[in-house]
Amino acid sequence: MLHRSKGKVLREAIIEWLIRICGISAVVFVFAIFFFVFWEAKGQIFSGKVNINTATATALTKVEGIDNALADKIVAQRAQIDPKKRNTVNWLLEEKVIDLEQFFEIESQIKAKEFSFWKFLTTEKWYPASETNPRYGVFALIAGTVSVSILSMLIAVPFGLGSALFISEFCSPKLKETLKIVIELLAAIPSVVWGFIGLTIMNQLIMQIFGAPIGITVLNGAIILGLMSVPIIVSIGEDALQAVPDSYREAAIGLGVTRWQMVYKVLLPAAKNGLLAAVLLGIGRAIGETMAVLLATGHSVNNPFDGTFPFLHALESVKTLTATIAAEMGEAPRDSDHYQVLFIIGILLFTLTFIVNLSADLIVKGIRNK
Amino acid sequence: MSEPVDNAKRFTKTPSVVRKERNEKIAQFVFLSMTLAMVLPLVLIVGFLVFKAWPSLSLDFIFDMPRNGMREGGIWPAFLGTLYLVIISLMIAAPIGVMAAVYLNEYAKDNWLTRTINLAVINLAGVPSIVHALFGLGAFVYAAKMGTSIIAASLTLAVMTLPVIIASTKEALSAVPMSFRQASWNMGVSRWQTIWRIVLPNSISGILTGIILQVSRAAGETAPIMFTGAVISVNIAKDQLFAYGLTDECMALAMHLYTISTQIPNVPESLQFAIAVALLGVVLLVNALSISLRVYLRTHRKW
Repeated sequence: MLHRSKGKVLREAIIEWLIRICGISAVVFVFAIFFFVFWEAKGQIFSGKVNINTATATALTKVEGIDNALADKIVAQRAQIDPKKRNTVNWLLEEKVIDLEQFFEIESQIKAKEFSFWKFLTTEKWYPASETNPRYGVFALIAGTVSVSILSMLIAVPFGLGSALFISEFCSPKLKETLKIVIELLAAIPSVVWGFIGLTIMNQLIMQIFGAPIGITVLNGAIILGLMSVPIIVSIGEDALQAVPDSYREAAIGLGVTRWQMVYKVLLPAAKNGLLAAVLLGIGRAIGETMAVLLATGHSVNNPFDGTFPFLHALESVKTLTATIAAEMGEAPRDSDHYQVLFIIGILLFTLTFIVNLSADLIVKGIRNK
Repeated sequence: MSEPVDNAKRFTKTPSVVRKERNEKIAQFVFLSMTLAMVLPLVLIVGFLVFKAWPSLSLDFIFDMPRNGMREGGIWPAFLGTLYLVIISLMIAAPIGVMAAVYLNEYAKDNWLTRTINLAVINLAGVPSIVHALFGLGAFVYAAKMGTSIIAASLTLAVMTLPVIIASTKEALSAVPMSFRQASWNMGVSRWQTIWRIVLPNSISGILTGIILQVSRAAGETAPIMFTGAVISVNIAKDQLFAYGLTDECMALAMHLYTISTQIPNVPESLQFAIAVALLGVVLLVNALSISLRVYLRTHRKW
């Protein structure tokens, strides 16, 4: 039996516990992210608290003998007694502070301002800075994100998969090493530099080529995003192709087919799940990208889809979900409606990318288990 | 008696062979041009940026203070701020990430907890940077009451870089052959001693490569530091390496590029491009370092 001092054994136990704690840190952080983003948005999500309070207070000031300060005080006091804030108005009616007509008016005003998740998702009006009637509808922002992502994938998927095929199957080992390094460097360019390129170089190019009045558009953002997502598609796609056993290739080549026939008939079917995962991860990157689209797609809240040809108007400016948070968070005071709504957009983004990454992971796992 | 075989005909390509060879050529050409279309922009863009930035580029540019409302002068406060953010965030993320990877690769059994952790690592890596920013704002700036400060921004960046450090470290650890560990265990060495004396020394270079790569990522990110610590302009003492404190707000190179190109009017073009080149230079330099280290290691492996 080896002899080891007690101190050493104890120290080792401590270190091993520390390692275990660090091991679960990733889980802790995922939950923490969800918790804190949720926490900051909680007022809006649970019954639209802030909205109802402000709506009630605004409505109260219209009643004779109640000024701003008193209205705020009434609302604040009632809110403490009764968590269901709507009852403030009932109470006012019972106490005969307001009459029935005013009661209905206040009720309808509250209803109009109440936060509804469905309305939030499906209306296009995004006027967070309006003093009299701020409205938060993210449909146009979602359309912005979707349009830029779709168009960028139309660029990145064929080019990314094509490059992956070339690097994996068609080029010499030496060229392969070089290309992989270049792709890696391409992936390293910071998103704000990409955005800057969009804002300066691509902006000029698009204005000159298409004669558009403004060059920071869906198309600009999509090209930039496309270039940004290609490296991830190439590297994951190449991994997927490398995972196909060489015996498949040898069998095909042995039958006398050309490389392209082998790729088309053997490799693509064999690697299709991995390639799909690569595309999904590219989409995830496109949805979550912030600085590049903030700089490259312009700043107008605008739905680029409509029924007329070509259905997606690529030469219009849009604002995406991510860009909205980045651009407006600085102006939104803490716990204001605007601030909370921006956090709800954060939850939306988190959930979206979570689903995309999870499905990519499940697809990759599916291959491994086969 | 069989008919004489026409040898010339026997070696002519049949139409199907002609077709498949033509298709092969087309496919090769298409894939080659697709790859070039990905590679050329990198060269063109970098070339164009440097060309435009040339009038403003010099070594002084990095060590000079910005003047005249940031329309002239250098980028020293932003450069120093980025240095602070990168170093502090990696000082937090690297130990946690390496230990997490050690746990996953050396200790964890294949059970639900391990699967959950792996899933969390993958998802953490996919969280958009702006959501990290919201998290940093809610958790570090407000809940932990750090305010907008270098430490809050560094912590946010640390959470963001953590999953990638875990992944790259895990890869480096699993490259160490199992026989190394078995030999050590057979000598009666404990699990931790084996890791400390055998596994880590044999994988340290791979681990470092992964961490260095995150330097460039942390230096280039803008969104996570926008609301948590980086601000448009800060006055700091010139020529002093410790000009920032942990709880100060700071400038950062990536944030500076964003500010200069969107928030401040009448900035000379060459200055904007020079900042972009400086940021790009830092990032690509660090990456090149990491890549060459990796290539060197691959050719000088001990086993």
